[in-house]
Amino acid sequence: MHIHIQTTAEDHRIARLAAFAIGLSLVEAAIPSPLPGIKPGLANIITLLVLERFGMRAAIWVSLLRVVAGSLLLGTFLSPSFVLSASGAAASLAALALARHLPKAAFGPVSMSIAASFAHVAGQMAVVYLWLIPHAGILYLVPVFAAAALLFGSVNGLITARLLADEQAPAGCAVLSPP
Amino acid sequence: MKTTGNDGLLGLIKPGDWLVMVGGAAATAWLFAALWQGHAADKAVVRAGGKVVAELSLTQNRSFLAHGPLGTSRIEIRDRRARVAQDPSPRQYCVQQGWLSKAGEAALCLPNQVSLELTGTKKLYDSLSY
Repeated sequence: MHIHIQTTAEDHRIARLAAFAIGLSLVEAAIPSPLPGIKPGLANIITLLVLERFGMRAAIWVSLLRVVAGSLLLGTFLSPSFVLSASGAAASLAALALARHLPKAAFGPVSMSIAASFAHVAGQMAVVYLWLIPHAGILYLVPVFAAAALLFGSVNGLITARLLADEQAPAGCAVLSPP
Repeated sequence: MKTTGNDGLLGLIKPGDWLVMVGGAAATAWLFAALWQGHAADKAVVRAGGKVVAELSLTQNRSFLAHGPLGTSRIEIRDRRARVAQDPSPRQYCVQQGWLSKAGEAALCLPNQVSLELTGTKKLYDSLSY
């Protein structure tokens, strides 16, 4: 028996981009972290690129696939860390949905990335506080997470800006263009 | 003006991006200041026999006399700190506690039923009741 699923070019593109993001999530999971929860968030670079090139709908799809498939590969599906990663992704997508309306002339990928990383941390801390650890003690961690969000948000934004600039250059290494 | 990767990394940061970064840094610094510092006290509450007999501002240096069953305890306020300077209690625990400066700190002179407690906008955790 032969099952045939109709796929569009957009489906293929989203799948390819989600695979990039999942790969980065897996690489990142192998990097040791001084504090659980502090990660560079490299997969957000893909989300930012997708948002810039293909719009909000594609960015939401890529994030969703990355969170679900990434957690399946890491064995955390439906565990608290999956819920945290989903809530962080949802919060940062919400922030991006707002931040993308900022004037492009003044605000670039760095602004978008910082907005996303702060929203990510805020969404996660809200879930941690409301669901996992309803104790004011976690407030002591908030400044540390905010500092990490600022640092990694800026770095990821710069990487995104660099990749987008390369793409506009004629001989750039095209991450996103079709093979 | 066209920005390409050849301008170096700083060329990729737009004016608004600097603003967002400075804003993020300010927010982070504020979070550190607000959540990592002990909360400053702004009032000293003096009780005698369980009743509040005085609420003293820490901004003015002064002494206050509280009367208990054993005699008079003298509360002193200086440089935004407060202490029990003199007390008739035999063991002098509350006097030896010295200066209190953070919200939530307290000195109890039990036999004389006098207590001194600092309060701020936000109380520290009370390890006895929490």
